[in-house]
Amino acid sequence: MAENNRAVVKLKERFADALLETKEFRGEVTVTVKKEKVLEVLKCLKEDLKYDFLVDVTAVDYLGQEPRFMVVYQLTSIPNKDKIRVKAPVTEEDCFIDSATALWNSADWLEREVYDLMGIKFVNHPNLVRILMTDDWVGHPLRKDYPVQGPDREPYKGRLS
Amino acid sequence: MSTEIMTLNMGPQHPSTHGVLRLVVELDGEVIQKITPHIGYLHRGVEKLSEHRTYHQTIPLTDRLDYLAPMSNNLGYVLAVEKLLGIEIPERAKTVRIIMSELTRLKSHLVWIACHALDIGAMTVFLYAFREREKVMDIYEKVSGARMTSNYYRVGGLSRELYDGFERDVKDVVDTFPGCFDTYEGLLTKNTIWLQRTVGNGVISAEDAINYGISGPALRGSGVDFDLRRDIPYSGYEEYDFKVPVGENCDTFDRYKCRLVEMREAVKIIDQALKKLKPGPVLADAPQVCYPPKESVYNSIEGLIHHFKIASEGFPVPEGEVYQGIEAPKGELGYYVVSDGSNRPYRMRIRPPSFVNLSAIEKMAKGSMLADLVAVIGTLDIVLGEIDR
Repeated sequence: MAENNRAVVKLKERFADALLETKEFRGEVTVTVKKEKVLEVLKCLKEDLKYDFLVDVTAVDYLGQEPRFMVVYQLTSIPNKDKIRVKAPVTEEDCFIDSATALWNSADWLEREVYDLMGIKFVNHPNLVRILMTDDWVGHPLRKDYPVQGPDREPYKGRLS
Repeated sequence: MSTEIMTLNMGPQHPSTHGVLRLVVELDGEVIQKITPHIGYLHRGVEKLSEHRTYHQTIPLTDRLDYLAPMSNNLGYVLAVEKLLGIEIPERAKTVRIIMSELTRLKSHLVWIACHALDIGAMTVFLYAFREREKVMDIYEKVSGARMTSNYYRVGGLSRELYDGFERDVKDVVDTFPGCFDTYEGLLTKNTIWLQRTVGNGVISAEDAINYGISGPALRGSGVDFDLRRDIPYSGYEEYDFKVPVGENCDTFDRYKCRLVEMREAVKIIDQALKKLKPGPVLADAPQVCYPPKESVYNSIEGLIHHFKIASEGFPVPEGEVYQGIEAPKGELGYYVVSDGSNRPYRMRIRPPSFVNLSAIEKMAKGSMLADLVAVIGTLDIVLGEIDR
């Protein structure tokens, strides 16, 4: 269970007020934390618990739910051969979160992609510009309220033949 | 004497950028001061599209990510969905997946050595490596029906049984490829021009490599002993015996040596897997997820309805989220799949190894000559289909 996980025990001690949820599903541990504390939690995981490799930063849009977005960090510990997932909720009104670029350089492009496709801003990011879409693009394509066929186009109705 | 910084545009149409990569390079004479990569020319929105398709319909999209290693992409995706579903696949399907995924590693690394060598002036290796790659392509074609876009794995196993003579063809690869690798090494490893171009080029220390999120052979070339197949095993890799090569000098030459050893180890894994290959089913016994056998579809109404339901409606997947990382030829390829209990992924995130590896290009090439940038692009082994998705 997630409660027995070494990292979860340590995080519960250190960040009792910031931890929203800990969960284990299919052998994967997920820790949900308040977004104000996410940088401190990541720092603790990186420096004290040896989760030294930031694999991925991404976001999920739960349109219709509150908070709307969930920023997801996947971490790997190279010395301990272990993985953990950290999530932080972000609301639509305050659509920003602290950037992890101070801890890992790999966060640079990954966060730019999240900004580009999801529209979540990363505070203190050195160069927060679009990366996959063109600079003048309007909207954030991976949001659930962005149509799959693109803006101002007829939706695809299937093959007519 | 006055100096001036020159800005040079490299790509998106440039033979040594391996696709539609555009680099804006700022030069002081011939020395690189700054590199600004521009990507996204090949963005097709695979993550967005997959939210509107059933789980099986997404598999062909994954072929088109890293198009030099399609079956590795299939593998990561089907493993993630199988993890969500919590189903076990038959032993034969597992073994075939290992064989095909390691053949894919060979196929991808052969393109890497071919293009990398061609970029820095060794054309012979290119022709030899493509000759060998053709053998793997032939197996691909016979197994899946396509040379590039295989679409061979299914959630729960494989799309079909292997052809007669598969083992003979793979055995031929196992027997002949080590000799071919000797040829490449004979052409390159002690070649003065090759050494001058690769030794001390694109150096990135172990700490920096981890900090930049570099994975795969590029990480191991920097002396970090980490391989997902061995350290966080998936798909039955724990049953195989193989070495993980690690470099010392963190430069292009060490990454070259690592990849060559990796190719030899891949051949050994294939050989072990061939010995394990036993007859049996290639699809899990999970009728709510897997397609029925073709005889049943053609000869019975129940089979036909079953096939139609799976093809049109797909199958529901329990609510939850999983991340499955695999050791693809280029590094850690991860699929993060979020399910809301319906027949389509709520969110599917692809963690592309090339994308994260490419972000370190400025760190690796800054301060070197413009011509060395070409060697750095080659050693990173990037594929733009995967970077732009």
